[in-house]
Amino acid sequence: MADLIDVAHGLDVETLRKDFPLLAQEVNGHPITYLDSAASSQRPHQVLDAMREYDETTHANVHRGVYRIAEEATHRFEAARVAVGRFIGAPNPSREILFSKNATEGLNLVANTWGRTHLHPGDSILLTEMEHHANIVPWQMLAEERELSIRWIPIDDDGALILDDLERLVDGVKLVGITCMSNVLGTLNPVGDIARVAHAAGAVVVADGAQSVPHLPTDVSTLGCDFLAFSAHKMLGPTGIGVLWGRDELLTPLPPFLGGGEMILDVRKEGFTPNDLPWRFEAGTPPITEAIGLGAAVEYLQAIGMESIRAHEISLTTYAMNTLAERFGDDIRIFGPKDPIQRGGVLSFAYRDIHPHDVSQILDQYGVCVRAGHHCAKPLMRRLGVNATARASFALYNNESDVDALADALAETGAFFG
Amino acid sequence: MAGLEDLYREIILDHYRSPRNRGELPSPPAQRVEGFNPLCGDEIVVTLEVNDGSVSDIKIGGTGCSISQSSASLMSAAVKGKPVTEVRDLIRTFKGMMSIHESTLPGKDSQDEADTEAGEAQLLDVDSLGELAALQGVVKFPVRIKCATLSWNTLAQGLDEAESETGPAGA
Ligand SMILES: Cc1ncc(COP(=O)(O)O)c(C=O)c1O
Repeated sequence: MADLIDVAHGLDVETLRKDFPLLAQEVNGHPITYLDSAASSQRPHQVLDAMREYDETTHANVHRGVYRIAEEATHRFEAARVAVGRFIGAPNPSREILFSKNATEGLNLVANTWGRTHLHPGDSILLTEMEHHANIVPWQMLAEERELSIRWIPIDDDGALILDDLERLVDGVKLVGITCMSNVLGTLNPVGDIARVAHAAGAVVVADGAQSVPHLPTDVSTLGCDFLAFSAHKMLGPTGIGVLWGRDELLTPLPPFLGGGEMILDVRKEGFTPNDLPWRFEAGTPPITEAIGLGAAVEYLQAIGMESIRAHEISLTTYAMNTLAERFGDDIRIFGPKDPIQRGGVLSFAYRDIHPHDVSQILDQYGVCVRAGHHCAKPLMRRLGVNATARASFALYNNESDVDALADALAETGAFFG
Repeated sequence: MAGLEDLYREIILDHYRSPRNRGELPSPPAQRVEGFNPLCGDEIVVTLEVNDGSVSDIKIGGTGCSISQSSASLMSAAVKGKPVTEVRDLIRTFKGMMSIHESTLPGKDSQDEADTEAGEAQLLDVDSLGELAALQGVVKFPVRIKCATLSWNTLAQGLDEAESETGPAGA
């Protein structure tokens, strides 16, 4: 059945797995079963090769030298920016795509530039209960400094946002921060619907795309948000680089984030003149090799097609939810939406009363890599009434054998703890 | 390769399944301290009573994994009724055991054992730890060390707070 779906969408997982050197490894005598792509994904050799080729043939600092390789490096760096922008449908990629260190830094950038110029004592912002700390703490820091109040969109027991009360919640709010996809529950949030209500109330919408951009087709021209942050390392790219997209008209009047080289047009003893978009927000030497890697990752994802990737992950999530329910019944509790269409390929679960740390320790013995912990979403953990969960997450290179390995190792875990 | 049996010794599983000194003492008079493992969200609550320079009673609350829970349970059994000075020594010895490099742990090849006997073992009287020595395999699983030391750090903080209120033990 799943094979048919794969064939229908042309995703040949067995072949593309060969692109990922790490997946050929064994752990503790078992083939590795990597189920932690929501934390960080593996990289295909196309990405690794592109970075190496750049380093070996072209590397120089960007936007500085007039010699040939420096010019070529600048050209390739800026080409990566445009490729990433096209990948998410940015109307004006060469101005609206800001390279950051990661999604976290992108969100901090919004808080420190847009937030500091638009939020004043007594103002309110609205977040959801399922945000990652990266989209909570920057706002709490600003709230403390600026005496802002923070409101929360609650979730229901299936892990969906409760939006019945949205108009009242959003009334008088200046900013809405919302994750496109929960890194714990997998919930896909109706960003467009929320943005419509938020915009009608005069609020700006900051979306956290760290989990959605790697797994779903993304088009910021229709998504509805005003800012979108994500990280390369969760989308087959390297660590050390992330992206913040912002609407040109919102970014243009903003002050710089960090100060230094690159971000200025002129510096005198009396002061400085900030650079144009996007460099105003990229102080210092940027992650150049990493940008080349991200560009290659985007190319790889596009060649496969985000629609196919999404279809594959729905089919795999369905298989996983059915397999776990069949084999473990009431012993397993999967958090989040029951319908795989309404979620991404992220399965947080509780297995009997065995602590997630212990679950993942035993799974590791069988080469199965899952994450155990609070997943940087402690307000959500409190809402769910748990300290931690175990989380298996999928990417395009996972297959049904991975799910079977997880289920087999879980059965061993149950036997071990008796 | 470190095997699961190094980590999950029978004593550990026993203390995990039936933890000793579970609960909370009324506070006050008991000293109440909370410890958090920011990595996994585990929380531990240690309540203890210090009388005449001794830990006269201790209870453990909170939730956590088998390692943090069994370590707390073993700790409570080991320190209850002991003079504070002895308890502090025990904390030091236990934390010392948790920071030895894997290669110096007994049970490796004989060269390692010789080194251990010559070096660390003198500083670190693992035998004095009794049942607590069952936790030494945790060192082979570095991410779990924080689980094992959580309750001990919390206890140390509780002793500090108790003493800052009543003066040093034995004074
Ligand atoms: C939903 C979500 N937002 C933000 C982040 C932060 O990403 P990074 O650590 O790459 O900044 C993550 C990653 O864990 C995430 O899952």
